[in-house]
Amino acid sequence: MNLLTITILLPLVGTAALAVAPRGNTQIIKIIALVSSLITLVSSLLMLTKYKFGVTGFQLVSSHTWFKVFNINYAVGIDGLALVLILLTTVLVPIVVVGGWNEAEGGRWSVKTFYMLILVLEMFMVAVFAATDVFLFYVIFEVMLIPVYFLIGGYGRGDRAAAALKFLLYSLFGGLLMLAAVIGIFVISIKQGPGSFDVTTLSHLKISHNTQDWLFLGFFIAFAIKAPLFPFHTWLPGAARSATPGTSILVLGVLDKVGTYGMIRFCLTLFPEATKTFAPYIIALSLASIIYGAFLAIGQKDLNSLIAFTSISHFGFIVLGIFALTSQGITGASLYMVNHGFSTAALFLVGGWMIQRRKSTQVEDFGGLQRITPVMAWCFFIAGLSALALPGLSSFVSEFLVLIGTFTRYPAAAVIGTLGIVMAALYVLILVQRSLHGSLQAGNEDTPDLNWREKVAIAPVIVALVLLGFYPKPAIHLINPATSQVMVAAQSSDPTPLAGR
Amino acid sequence: MLTTPALNYNLLAPILIVLGGALLGVLVEGFIGKAYRARIQIVIALASIAAALGWVISIHNVTSQSAAVDSVSIDGGGLFMQGAILALAFVALLFFTQNDHFAPQASALPGSVEEAEAIRAGVQMTEIYPLVLFAVSGMLLFPVAHDLITLFVALEVLSIPLYIITGLARRRRLLSQEAALKYFLLGAYSSAFFLFGGAFLYGFSGSLSLGVIRTAAATPGSNHIFLFLGVLFMSVGLLFKVGAVPFHSWTPDVYQGAPTPVTGFMAACTKVAAFGAMFRIFIVGFGAIQTDWRPLFVGVAIVTMAGGAIAAIVQRDVKRTLAYSSITHAGFLLAGVIALSKAGLTSMMFYLVAYGFATIGAFGIVTLVRDSTGEVNDLNRWAGLGKKSPGIATAFALFLMSFGGIPLTAGFIAKFSIFTAAYASGNIAIVVVGVLSSAIALFFYLRVVLIMFFKEPTDETVTVAVPSFLVSTGIVICFAITLVLGVYPNLLFNLANTMTTLVP
Repeated sequence: MNLLTITILLPLVGTAALAVAPRGNTQIIKIIALVSSLITLVSSLLMLTKYKFGVTGFQLVSSHTWFKVFNINYAVGIDGLALVLILLTTVLVPIVVVGGWNEAEGGRWSVKTFYMLILVLEMFMVAVFAATDVFLFYVIFEVMLIPVYFLIGGYGRGDRAAAALKFLLYSLFGGLLMLAAVIGIFVISIKQGPGSFDVTTLSHLKISHNTQDWLFLGFFIAFAIKAPLFPFHTWLPGAARSATPGTSILVLGVLDKVGTYGMIRFCLTLFPEATKTFAPYIIALSLASIIYGAFLAIGQKDLNSLIAFTSISHFGFIVLGIFALTSQGITGASLYMVNHGFSTAALFLVGGWMIQRRKSTQVEDFGGLQRITPVMAWCFFIAGLSALALPGLSSFVSEFLVLIGTFTRYPAAAVIGTLGIVMAALYVLILVQRSLHGSLQAGNEDTPDLNWREKVAIAPVIVALVLLGFYPKPAIHLINPATSQVMVAAQSSDPTPLAGR
Repeated sequence: MLTTPALNYNLLAPILIVLGGALLGVLVEGFIGKAYRARIQIVIALASIAAALGWVISIHNVTSQSAAVDSVSIDGGGLFMQGAILALAFVALLFFTQNDHFAPQASALPGSVEEAEAIRAGVQMTEIYPLVLFAVSGMLLFPVAHDLITLFVALEVLSIPLYIITGLARRRRLLSQEAALKYFLLGAYSSAFFLFGGAFLYGFSGSLSLGVIRTAAATPGSNHIFLFLGVLFMSVGLLFKVGAVPFHSWTPDVYQGAPTPVTGFMAACTKVAAFGAMFRIFIVGFGAIQTDWRPLFVGVAIVTMAGGAIAAIVQRDVKRTLAYSSITHAGFLLAGVIALSKAGLTSMMFYLVAYGFATIGAFGIVTLVRDSTGEVNDLNRWAGLGKKSPGIATAFALFLMSFGGIPLTAGFIAKFSIFTAAYASGNIAIVVVGVLSSAIALFFYLRVVLIMFFKEPTDETVTVAVPSFLVSTGIVICFAITLVLGVYPNLLFNLANTMTTLVP
């Protein structure tokens, strides 16, 4: 069995171990979950050693027949883009387990079920980035919603059942549109040779312009709902308000990246002409996302909603970078996916601890925490600075690349996008000011600072934010070959710089 | 001298075994005392169905041929349908055995003294079992019938027992009898339409055989109007049986009124028989004029998919919800008929099995959710079922997800393959409406999941009966098939793919 398949299956082994663990002993259950996710992390890091840098195309490939009549295979493989996203996943899951050590308690079901759902979700998340068979990708894309549905509905807060249902219905609706498109492209492949779902084979099909447009939309709307892009974002704030911090990290940090990843992997490479047709409109939507998300973030009084709206703004940047169709734009967007994963994780982790301590989600209730809990406050501040893309923190690099990449093709869009940075400063600094500084709110006096477990959880995230901010080269080095391949498949080339214009 | 026609009993044996079992059951009713009747009837019913299924399996790869003087065609497609009907009927019968579903005395007036006495005596009608066997024998004949008379006889043999057992629910007798009457009257009309269509076709071609009708239809002529009228009227009869819009209005009432295990049996097996027959009639008989009837069917499929899904949203009764869901599925299955290709037939066969087992399992679980007066069908009272009985609720959720077409369930593979067949045959509109209806349908499937898992139990009187051994077996079989065919569809799909031959 190849290493990639092992990495996919390891969380399942952990799930099986959890299934036989005693229900009552929550400590053992948490330790099993942690160990399992750490083993998966090690396995994914081992892939890094086997991976040949600077080579285009899929590596560590493996393919087995799954559904013969339709030539569907269990086909997996990774390029640089998939690898960084898999690493993001495998790094974040242990952090979620450690950081949210007690968040499963008080849920509708047992702690055991919670961690089984988390590990199953991890398996699907790794597999979805590894899939090179469109059908396999689609199946995982849909199935991974089910654990999230139960995680939100079973362990969340507030109106969790409604939020879970809304999340699931939105995503499944998008998925069904994608199913029609998947069927469409398969039927076309039957007509042009032996039918196939292999993404590389499908990218060589000759598809008429009109058909491309429709199939593109089928894929794109599914991904835009997942990403989420304005105006398909309305499920996100509710889900973020209701989910536990750990679930939010996995949903916003990793799951939503499947949307933007899918745009690069499928929309751009399978439908290059349709991509060019729709790019200007999508750029307009992404700008709307950036501005709209930022505006709403400024006005939010609920901490979780605020983080959700900042994410809508950031996903706007990612989509902007992708559909600028330049090397810098796509590399920047890919890097942004990773950085956004870490910065969202930091915000939700620290935000979750604040909420847990204060039993409130209202921003104003946290006033004066800077003096009482300096470590927690600093961590939150750094997370906030990363969200506003301060130079020196990782988001800056990616945001900068996206804006450069956009400017070479759509200067006006880049200018408008820059406004998003200004507004980011506004919502982050207002948030920090209201929640951490200012006068001490009654009830905050005895708030305990971070304990060692929480420090262990947040430390790697902050290290990643700083490291990728100062030295993003390894990540970019991984992503670049994937980007150049996408550019070729998307039949795009970078605009020639016009000197002295 | 008169020569007796060669009947080829080997190929007809499955039908004859089931008929024999039914007749034996009638004798048991006459000669065996009440105390033992139920048990003997169950054994006879299960044994004859199992024997017939074994026989079908043993002849499943005979070369396609006609039997019984060309009135029956035994071929891959027909045998697959027969096998599916028998397997489904066997599992459905397992759910007949637990609890008291059936009226003590069908002839007693609802609410009368006689009825109260019969209930107090604790009796149940056991004629159910022979009636089910009669219906099964009709269902076995329907998809293999090759001439119009045999088709009509099979249709009646399968329908009339169903009309009767619909009216035999133990509780809510009036509702049950109303459903039976409605089913009977509308069914009689639709049979009349079917017969009327057959008469036109005979008038057009001078023959009752589907093969001759096809040849006549392929030759251009002036009196094609009679052909079209025949096709039209025949379609009405068939579309009624599968519950397609606008001939669907009986479905929710009958599904609700019939004893729940019967509903599961009816929903699963009738669909297989009717779609099997429909495919044969339309590809063998009317394949040559498909451009004429296809638009009509496309329209019916579209309104069926959308109509069923939209109407289901407002339902509060679990049986009515499943009834509207079955209407939506009839629409999806019509997409397979419209594809009119080998791929269409294969995916339709897979779909029928996937849908059938999930349906039987779902109705089987409905029989278990009870309070002191009987089954609880009000969905709001199902709140918190996931807490009361996690295993049963999980199984029900899986069946719903299979209906909804969530990947890794059999229903997804079924939907995917049937949409692919429809798309490949150029019917893209059906695929688009199909996915949109699926999205609507998902809403009410997921709402039930939500009620079961995310709502606190509000009604403590609602309990889940402990399933008996036979019922547990039934649920486990349905659960396993739904899951296994979703994860590893090759098992059935490859078989279906090799059994698509139809006698011309």
